[in-house]
Amino acid sequence: MSERARPGRGLTVYAIIAYTYLYLPIFFLILFSFNTSKFSVKMEGVTLKWYGDLFNDKAIWESTRNTLIVATTSTIVSTVIGTAAAISLQRYNFRGKGFSEATLYIPVIIPEVVMGIALLAFFGQTGFTLGLPTIIIAHIAFSIPFVALTVRARLQGMDRAVEEAAMDLGANEVVTFWRITLPLIMPGVLSGALLAFTLSLDDYIITLFTAGPGSTTLPLRVFSMLKQAVTPKVNALSSLWILVILIVLVASQRLGARKT
Amino acid sequence: MGESAVELNSVTKKFTSPEGNPVLAVDDMTLHIRDGEFFSFLGPSGCGKTTSLRLIAGFEQPTSGEVVIGGQAMGMTPPFQRPVNTVFQSYALFPHMNVAQNVAFGLEMKRTPKAEIHKRVSEALAMVRLPGMERRYPKQLSGGQQQRIALARALVNRPQVLLLDEPLGALDLKLRKEMQLELKTLQREVGITFVYVTHDQEEALTMSDRIAVMNTGKALQVGSPTEIYERPNRRFVADFIGETNFLPGTLLGCEHKHATIECDELRVVAETDRAPAPGTSVTVAVRPEKIRLHLEPVPNTPNCFAAQIEKVVYVGTDTHFLVRLSDKLTMRIRQQNLLSTPDPTAYFGGQTSVYVVWLPESAQVLVE
Amino acid sequence: MLKAIRERLSLQGLILISPTMFWLIVFLLVPLVLIVVISFGARGIYGNVEYTFNLDNYARLFDKGYASILWDSIWIALMTTVFCLLAGYPLSYYIARTHPVRRSLLMFLVLVPFWTNFLIRIYAWMIILRGEGVLNAVMTALGLMQGPGQWLFEQIQLYTPGAVLISMVYEFFPFMILPLYTSLEKLDPALLEAAADLGARPWRAFLRVTLPLSVPGIIAGSILVFIPAMGMFVVPDLIGGAKTVLVGNLIRNQFLTARDWPFGAAASMVLMLLTLGVTLIYTRTFGFGEELVP
Repeated sequence: MSERARPGRGLTVYAIIAYTYLYLPIFFLILFSFNTSKFSVKMEGVTLKWYGDLFNDKAIWESTRNTLIVATTSTIVSTVIGTAAAISLQRYNFRGKGFSEATLYIPVIIPEVVMGIALLAFFGQTGFTLGLPTIIIAHIAFSIPFVALTVRARLQGMDRAVEEAAMDLGANEVVTFWRITLPLIMPGVLSGALLAFTLSLDDYIITLFTAGPGSTTLPLRVFSMLKQAVTPKVNALSSLWILVILIVLVASQRLGARKT
Repeated sequence: MGESAVELNSVTKKFTSPEGNPVLAVDDMTLHIRDGEFFSFLGPSGCGKTTSLRLIAGFEQPTSGEVVIGGQAMGMTPPFQRPVNTVFQSYALFPHMNVAQNVAFGLEMKRTPKAEIHKRVSEALAMVRLPGMERRYPKQLSGGQQQRIALARALVNRPQVLLLDEPLGALDLKLRKEMQLELKTLQREVGITFVYVTHDQEEALTMSDRIAVMNTGKALQVGSPTEIYERPNRRFVADFIGETNFLPGTLLGCEHKHATIECDELRVVAETDRAPAPGTSVTVAVRPEKIRLHLEPVPNTPNCFAAQIEKVVYVGTDTHFLVRLSDKLTMRIRQQNLLSTPDPTAYFGGQTSVYVVWLPESAQVLVE
Repeated sequence: MLKAIRERLSLQGLILISPTMFWLIVFLLVPLVLIVVISFGARGIYGNVEYTFNLDNYARLFDKGYASILWDSIWIALMTTVFCLLAGYPLSYYIARTHPVRRSLLMFLVLVPFWTNFLIRIYAWMIILRGEGVLNAVMTALGLMQGPGQWLFEQIQLYTPGAVLISMVYEFFPFMILPLYTSLEKLDPALLEAAADLGARPWRAFLRVTLPLSVPGIIAGSILVFIPAMGMFVVPDLIGGAKTVLVGNLIRNQFLTARDWPFGAAASMVLMLLTLGVTLIYTRTFGFGEELVP
């Protein structure tokens, strides 16, 4: 955009309103996590009571533990499988390639609720008991396409001449992959992994349908807290969550900046 | 110059275009590149020169025919097992490795001991005149420096043949000319066979021992720079290399090596190695610098024709003329400005009616 | 011999993609096919599935009661898309026109709230829109809680369709902003200068040059909002209360509470078909554009 074409005053005012709309809900959320009063909108006082309640809540700890187990496992598996898929689709031609590409897109366009119930039906009819393993299976299924898409984008931007140079200098296909290709696509692989991790961490809908009685994840826990007695404990939990996410975001930005 | 370093024997490479049509990138090419020579593939974009190079390197396999390197048929041998190394057009330096690691890569692949790697890397860097750059990363280097690192990386492996794919294309003019001389000198010093691909004819003429002029997958003429320039064997070669005047006509007769051709009612005498039959349609090719302008007709000379000057262009070292010999025939002439004068008409006294003369040896007869 | 290389390469490709294909076929395609089959079945007495073949479930869907659910879902998704567009376009335009250095920061700021879990975001709106929530408090303090102000509050307070709409727009905002911004950012400023040079005032230039050229972004954003919005059930559940039942809620209830899987499966099929239909129309007309990938 040219230097002279700055946005006018009206637009700027609107932008401010828009950003307020975006941040205000979160602001109040965090604010009330410190409120001494349970329900009142007025800030009666400032307290850390709700955070304390949170730390003593065994169910919350267990959900957190479950969430982390699921997220870590599904991220590792889907990153490895997804990266292999990206390389396959980007570099090779084979029978059924079109079918593979189409299948890869399905989890991206399908409504989450449909994928959730389909898995529920599948597990139900095949006798899989619902529990952490079924959640992990589901998470891997919807993460793979996102990893594959991210890595593939990185592969597309890669200059293949470096791989040919490596082969020209005596490296066979395997050595070329490990020494040249993988290091060069690593930022894409890590982005994909981060994406998979976030998707898993946040997932509610699909997890709802594939979780068993003893395998609650944090989002499921939050939902039931919201449906039952709403106390500022939820605010506290939410505020902490926001903090963690921000730390992860900033950390990955820093790491990303350093690698490139 | 002894046996062949590289042989292409009836090599054909067929590709399928995106629309599904077969494309002959290399068409039944047979070439023998001599040991220790600087050999260039020259031609316009899409002529198949890069494909030919890749066939030698092993990145493409021939559809039919054979690639032989150092007397050994290559068959399906992959690139990492061939005794050749390539300098890529985009340099293809490994961005995540420093200069030393880049240059050492080939030696590492051959499991060369560390001490020797260290020594040879230093030697290679000294050879390309970039000593002490080991710790730098490619993105910290200028284009010219990157190019020389790519060269070092290839040469350090002491390959039988070095393949270069338009390595100087991305450099500015002055740097390019410097590098051309350096590469030529380097080749003489190191003594290995260089196979060079370029679309820049001046580059090819400057550096090569022999040139293969290519078009549409075929090697049209293979010879030394002088042979290619002074004795082109067909119109494409004469046209692609430098500037040429083409006079179409009919062959009247041949005597010894001199042929007489009728071009638009003018009798032209030219040289030819072959003896086409009288009545054949031929083209006479004369280069602009071989023609002289005279104010008076020169007696007892073949190829002296009256002409009208239509255009004059002063280019500093030369003056270029466009002259008309007849309704259908025009010729371009280039004369060196031997006199130092600001007067643009000094060479032809301001007259427009002149006489053009050239020697029969300076004209080629081309039969298509 | 050449065929051997090509086959060798194909084999490598197949090997690399086989884990993915295995996973997706077993845990995605087969379950989906199962749903199709179940949709033609019937509910057994104990809540299990009886594998018969009948179209009862589909017929039930188009029965008046349920048909309105379908219609409501489409309507809310449509409204969400429209409001996202109206609210998002000026913001995207603003960001696209600021100084290049500040643009990525501004975009980043738009996305930060959405890195939190979406349940948190919904809860945040519950706090604001509650009967005694923040909005009420602010409006009372400003003396706006009478007449038209009161009426407006009642339209958008918690457990109304209005509230659902506000929350949905909030949820899907970035999906509209990103493609819009991408599209607007690519606009060559020279075009607007040419328009001005030819006598067009700013508004005209916008209507005749900027707007038409941003249509790919508008379409992409609309698709990215409309499709997921149709299947959304969490927002209506938490914010709409019992009053708002959409297709997503219906499906969820059939599978988790009512245990009428065949009926739920049929509803899912209809939702899927609607989704696929819209996607196909988009890709046929516009292809898989880069605007679709944020």
